[in-house]
Amino acid sequence: MALYNSNRGGIIQIIISFVFVIIIGQLIALQIISNKYKLAADNNAIFRKIIYPDRGIIYDRKKHALLENSISYDLVVIPNEAKGVDTSALCSILRIDKEEFNKRMIEVIVKNSRVKAGIFEPFLSPELYAQLTENLYRFPGFSLSERSIRTYPYNTAAHVLGYVAEVDVNFLQKHEEEGYEMGDYAGMTGLEKQYENVLMGQRGVKRYLRDNKGKIQGAFEKGQFDTLAVAGRNLYTSMDVEVQQLAEKVLTNKVGSAVAINIKTGGVIAMASSPGYNPNLLTGNQRRKTIGRLLLDTARPIYNRAIKGQYPPGSTFKPLGALIALDEGLITPSYGYNCFGSYGACGDPRKCEHHNAGHAANLQLALANSCNSYFLQVFRMAIDNPQYHNAKQGYLKWKEYVNSFGLGRKLGIDLPSENKASIPDTAQYNKDFGNPKYWNSCYMLTLGIGQDRMTATPLQLANSMALIANEGYYYTPHFVDSIEDEDEDDKVVLAKFRAKQEVTKISGDIFKIIKEGMHDVTIIGTAAGIKVPGIEYCAKTGTAQNPHGKNHSLFVCFAPKDNPKIAVAVIVENAGFGATWAGPIAGLMMEKYLNDTLTKESQLKADNLSKVDLLPQALKDWYVRNNKTDHLAPIEYNNDELGDVWDMEMLPENNPKPVKQIDTIKKTVDTSIKKATTPPVPTPNVIRKDSAALLNKKKKTIKVKHVKHT
Amino acid sequence: MSNTPNQNNFSKGTDLAVIILYFAMVAIGILCIFMVEYNPNSNWSNSLIAGKNSYSKQIYFAIFCGFVGIFILLMDSKVFTALANISYGVGIVLMLATFVLGKNINGSKSWIPIAGGFNLQPAELCKIFTALILAKFISKPDTDFTKLKSHLIAGAMISLPAILSIMQHEMGLALVYSAFIFAMYREGLPPVILIVVLSFAILVIATLLLDPTILAIILTVIAAVIILSMIKRFKRNKNNIIVIIGIWAVCFGTIRYAVPYIFNNVFECYQSTRIYSMVGKEYDCGQNKKSASASGKTHGKKPDDYNVKQSKIAIGSGGFLGRGFLKGTQTRGKYVPEQNTDFIFTSLGEAFGFVGTATFLGLYLFFLFRLIRIAERQRSTFSRVYAYSVVGIFFFHIAVNISMTIGLFPVVGIPLPLISYGGSSLLTFTVLVFILLRLDADRQMVLR
Repeated sequence: MALYNSNRGGIIQIIISFVFVIIIGQLIALQIISNKYKLAADNNAIFRKIIYPDRGIIYDRKKHALLENSISYDLVVIPNEAKGVDTSALCSILRIDKEEFNKRMIEVIVKNSRVKAGIFEPFLSPELYAQLTENLYRFPGFSLSERSIRTYPYNTAAHVLGYVAEVDVNFLQKHEEEGYEMGDYAGMTGLEKQYENVLMGQRGVKRYLRDNKGKIQGAFEKGQFDTLAVAGRNLYTSMDVEVQQLAEKVLTNKVGSAVAINIKTGGVIAMASSPGYNPNLLTGNQRRKTIGRLLLDTARPIYNRAIKGQYPPGSTFKPLGALIALDEGLITPSYGYNCFGSYGACGDPRKCEHHNAGHAANLQLALANSCNSYFLQVFRMAIDNPQYHNAKQGYLKWKEYVNSFGLGRKLGIDLPSENKASIPDTAQYNKDFGNPKYWNSCYMLTLGIGQDRMTATPLQLANSMALIANEGYYYTPHFVDSIEDEDEDDKVVLAKFRAKQEVTKISGDIFKIIKEGMHDVTIIGTAAGIKVPGIEYCAKTGTAQNPHGKNHSLFVCFAPKDNPKIAVAVIVENAGFGATWAGPIAGLMMEKYLNDTLTKESQLKADNLSKVDLLPQALKDWYVRNNKTDHLAPIEYNNDELGDVWDMEMLPENNPKPVKQIDTIKKTVDTSIKKATTPPVPTPNVIRKDSAALLNKKKKTIKVKHVKHT
Repeated sequence: MSNTPNQNNFSKGTDLAVIILYFAMVAIGILCIFMVEYNPNSNWSNSLIAGKNSYSKQIYFAIFCGFVGIFILLMDSKVFTALANISYGVGIVLMLATFVLGKNINGSKSWIPIAGGFNLQPAELCKIFTALILAKFISKPDTDFTKLKSHLIAGAMISLPAILSIMQHEMGLALVYSAFIFAMYREGLPPVILIVVLSFAILVIATLLLDPTILAIILTVIAAVIILSMIKRFKRNKNNIIVIIGIWAVCFGTIRYAVPYIFNNVFECYQSTRIYSMVGKEYDCGQNKKSASASGKTHGKKPDDYNVKQSKIAIGSGGFLGRGFLKGTQTRGKYVPEQNTDFIFTSLGEAFGFVGTATFLGLYLFFLFRLIRIAERQRSTFSRVYAYSVVGIFFFHIAVNISMTIGLFPVVGIPLPLISYGGSSLLTFTVLVFILLRLDADRQMVLR
């Protein structure tokens, strides 16, 4: 009957096949061509938990750990599971109110959604941790999560060690291929940054399977894709924690820096910069409170003056100036200059501290007496060296020497953002004086005594001492002597610190004469008042004229005189004569390092030194103006008492200029705060009262505003 | 007469290939459900015996269905023709009864609770009864299926349970009834109707995709072009031009009034939303009469394409070879809702990848072609019509279910035959298949 329709069975088969082909087509598109679904599935279901290895430890030369890892706990909460929480109990433990509780809860939900754990209270104090662990059963959904933080048992070397912090978007962009993720911690400054890849170790990843509610179901594929965390490797530095602590202590309430280098290796023994900060202030929950204040502080406590501060080296440059002339064969150690108290060969006479005849009769004497005229003359001889055609060529040669001594260029220390300071270029003089044909050695005369446009960092100055002590070579200053389980990459990094930097061809005999000259400084010269018990040492003081204020006090030295071991450079800003303030600091550091201890007398000296307040008035005014005096170290000294210790070292200061400068500074200080500045140093209590009153006032105004709003 | 000995030996004459495929499918289904329910932290053999999990329940369902199958094979094939009318009547009465006795499951009141915590869905069983009564009607000697009157009667038989399903908010089940068009087509339904239905579907999709005004202009242009190009022929026969204008008018009416009416008045809000989200558009539930009367707060709801998105992720993440048995992360993480029923295909796709899904589809295709071959070898019209009905129902379920999991069709809740979890569904398909096998075994007999 319906037989004539039998071909329709075929048509139905075709229709069915057609639909199946479409379905297969879509399956090909989904399963074979597109791979976004696989990604989406992994994002959905695989929860990657990063296992953070312990960061490497940094040790000093005696294997004291300068920093350590310790565990800190965060209180975390999964909002969805936080039901039936004893809110009032939790609030009373955390000392917050209900409103704050709700606010934090919302914050957690906004940041991490309802089903993921978010941080409710970071960095719990040990007491809080104890209280919470006891009571945790009352707070469902809340748990304590571990995290590793840095602690600094010696509270020291903040600038050198640097700090670790959570990486930000910028960091992630810069280190795109290194596997960092949001929420990771990385070294941001100092050694932590420089040796990040050594200290960091290797993060492990654990993969978990997670369901549609964010609950962990178990390990993904039985953990076969998991990687283990490899702990970071330790760094062994040349630092000496006691010398470091001493340096920081004596620099309290001063602006300046001290650097000590092990002459035999180039390893930095101590590097202090003041004002500084306690590194423990930048870890854990301290960080949030502190970092802003430190960054805004006008004294720049985060700034490492030892490698970034640029100071005119002043007289401390003189030995180097002599070296150049000696190496070029322009003078011999017996060369003398007849100075009668000033240098007039370039017109306008330049003053010299001494005017007795014969005080610069030879190199040794000139150094001992720090004769300006002698070294100005030597400088001119180097620039006007007949071997070169003109002053420009001579200058270029001179600059080459100075650069090779490590000045005006980065030394390559293993700290980030080292400053090269400045040895001026001929281009700068061309700009000032026109064509090199028209300028000569007289134009930049004071370069010869470390002034003019010459600047150097304390590290460079310390290194120049190492160069003299070693009689012609130095090792690139560095902190890290060795790395745990050194690999090939590490060896490459460390190789440059182990290579001798030979810079002069001058014979050891001549160096002996320079050393004698510098030794004389400590016997009969400007540093005669500074003694290191049982040790003969060589030094050079400097009082660098500073266009911005009172002279900087500089002191460079190395010790012992024979077979030297340590070179030190100290700078105290706006503190006046070099031997007065910088000298004793350097002396104490040498004593501590070489004798391993301080004599009673030295200890007293150190204690007193630490109490001396040499902060520039402008800085103090800033603190007063910004109600921040409570962050200044307490000042509790009596200058009369200190007088006994210092009197013998106070050499007459012959400097009318700086006084003027102080006056001008005073004028520039905002007139509105004159009232505050009239009492020289207001006692902290008074200020606290004032600021408290101010605070109260502020609170009142805020309250009033509140009322208006409601 | 000559076939009486067969009645004692039910294996003789039954199509072994279909039986093997049937058990293979059921086994795959149980495996898929096991993948969905699997939890490494609990002992699966314990829960299997306890019968607490879906897969263990499904095993019991399968055993029960096996007995039902054997029972059907032991029956006299004449019973089916004899009972066709009565069973259809009972089915309709049961469906009507749901409005009184119905239990609300997943928002549709189509279940009748029966003893032992099990529920029965009459709409599922009505598929069988409709297939039987359709076969019975077409195979009657006085039915001439080339006549329009017969088409209308058959259409009414099919439409009645479909309409009742819609009233029970079971859109998917209602759609299944359109599967009978295969059987009707085979028996002489003019192909024009298929073409018209297809054109209508295209028109509806076009309405959804395009702006109504632009679509109206396009249609008008097409009509004008046809009239102009065939202008000479129209001069001879003026009826043609009237037909074309008539078609144009119907199309215009469809896009202007019929489609919006269906979406706003016939479909539920969520259904319209799903269909709109298929073409990447948002449906404004405020226009929907049903949702407006039910509750006023559904206004401006976002398209709920979460299911489809997760389902596509699951299938897509399988890749070419799949993640492996029990290793699918989407499945383990329970990201796909309703994964052991309507979205069971996703667990297969994720675990076994394209190789698995293609093989599986091949199996299905082979099964369907086998059924068609069985249909074509029937001497009795009743058996053939019934066989094509089974082919249609299976095909419709497979095509719609898989299409919706891979984002080719809006989400309508219909199960994957023999695979999806669910006793009613498994029983329905079992009965469908085994009745066919029983009829096929007696294919020498001409049934009335």
